[in-house]
Amino acid sequence: MSQLHARNLAHAYGRDEIFAGIDFSLAAGEVVALVGPSGCGKTTLLHLCAGLLDVQDGMIDNHFERPASMFQQPRLLPWKTTADNIALGLKAQGVDKAARQQRALALALRLGLAAGDLGKFPHQLSGGMQSRVSLARALVLQPDLLLLDEPFAALDIGLKEELYALLLAEQAARGMGVLMITHDLMEAVRLADRILVMAAEPGRIVRRLELGLPALQRDDAWIYRQTAELLQLSAVRDSFGLTPRATPASDAGQCTALRETVVTPLAAKARSRC
Amino acid sequence: MTLLRAWLRGLPAYLWSGWGALASLFLLFAAWELVAAQYGALVLPAPLETLQRLRELLVAGEALPELLATGRRALLGFAISALVGSVLGLAAGVSMTASMMARPLVTVLMGMPPIAWLVLAMLWFGASDGTPVFTVFVASFPLVFVGALQGTRTLDNQLKDMALAFRLPRRMLFFDVYLPHVISYLFPAWITALAMSWKVVVMAELFATQDGVGAALAVSRSHLDTAATMAWIVAVVGLLLAVEYLLLEPIKREVERWREVPT
Repeated sequence: MSQLHARNLAHAYGRDEIFAGIDFSLAAGEVVALVGPSGCGKTTLLHLCAGLLDVQDGMIDNHFERPASMFQQPRLLPWKTTADNIALGLKAQGVDKAARQQRALALALRLGLAAGDLGKFPHQLSGGMQSRVSLARALVLQPDLLLLDEPFAALDIGLKEELYALLLAEQAARGMGVLMITHDLMEAVRLADRILVMAAEPGRIVRRLELGLPALQRDDAWIYRQTAELLQLSAVRDSFGLTPRATPASDAGQCTALRETVVTPLAAKARSRC
Repeated sequence: MTLLRAWLRGLPAYLWSGWGALASLFLLFAAWELVAAQYGALVLPAPLETLQRLRELLVAGEALPELLATGRRALLGFAISALVGSVLGLAAGVSMTASMMARPLVTVLMGMPPIAWLVLAMLWFGASDGTPVFTVFVASFPLVFVGALQGTRTLDNQLKDMALAFRLPRRMLFFDVYLPHVISYLFPAWITALAMSWKVVVMAELFATQDGVGAALAVSRSHLDTAATMAWIVAVVGLLLAVEYLLLEPIKREVERWREVPT
């Protein structure tokens, strides 16, 4: 079974320590969300997992073979049409033109793009459409690991819902592993099987939570409730710099579906260092 | 080939859209006519008179060799500056140090009046073709150089990261990510440089050569032949307009279709 393990990962830019003692793993078919405030090193962590940066300290053991990424911005090539943008990764793999156009078209239609959009250039598409193209560009590679860097942050709530549904459907159908970073707690509660809460200065994982219900069975009420509970956790409030609650309740025992996961000894050691 | 086909396909619609441009040109002719009527043919011959004179020059076979000589020099100088400017500009853009060092040099080159280069070129190359070609090269080189430099410097790091994340091979990185971006800066620079070449070559010929449109202008001036002078000017400007609007502009539109402002 393909898996991604990060063990005791640390990274620094020059003398600025970004994060230290990061431990986590991701199995095929699992959605893990890294949640934290800006500046806790989420994007750096994702770049390390994508192989865009070299590991400085610790190790990443990546058994996934076909990773694909989606970024904060759509990052489409402005001089290529929608179809060519979607097929970019296929072209890099050496798939011939007819086959990659066909696969791009099939996926684009499934993601709610019209056949007429395929000949358009990115500037002719709305922001939501550009995000769909960006998602299609990643999914057309049939990845076994999808790395998401807050791709839905700039979209309106309706578009978000639509793209969440598309993403979850694809994820369930293919059994992709998904590693996503976000600062939107509700997004994490909606999509993730596990949530890793990060804190900044230096970046570290402060809580590991498991969500009981499979993502496709969650309804709005459940999501609101879990998000509210998540917001009550002192680790989350500290991490995002929210004022402490007036009546501190114990973190454990209250959650109905949020469960703290068993922390591996390695991770415990790392946490004790912070 | 696809570019040629697109050019031919787009031509009728493009020409039709030229009515506005044509109307403004005719307004210019009207103003010219007005001034000519005011001051008389010695100061400024009327447009029709000028065109008649141009026709005589063309029929007598005087105009064509001169225009060809001028075109040859302008295009040669332009070609050299486009080639050298693009290559050096790209190279300078890749290195931060080189681009910082190049900046003031380019400012000096741009600020130096072409007439000053012409005097130097006359000393170095004499009355040969070298003088106009060199002057054209020196005048248009910095334009191309700056275009290429900016094109390379403004490459988007986010797109580069994206390309690396999607494991684009080197060839694709160059042809699909870097080149289209750089071309979008280079192409306008080439067009500006070509217009500059055309202007500078006539000036250089006026002073330094025995043939070409510039030399013909010098002769007609010494004969106080205003009609011929205007005829030559019309010929040169007309040629520039034709090259710019019939050849370069349609190509530019096709190459930069992705840039069009959404309507």
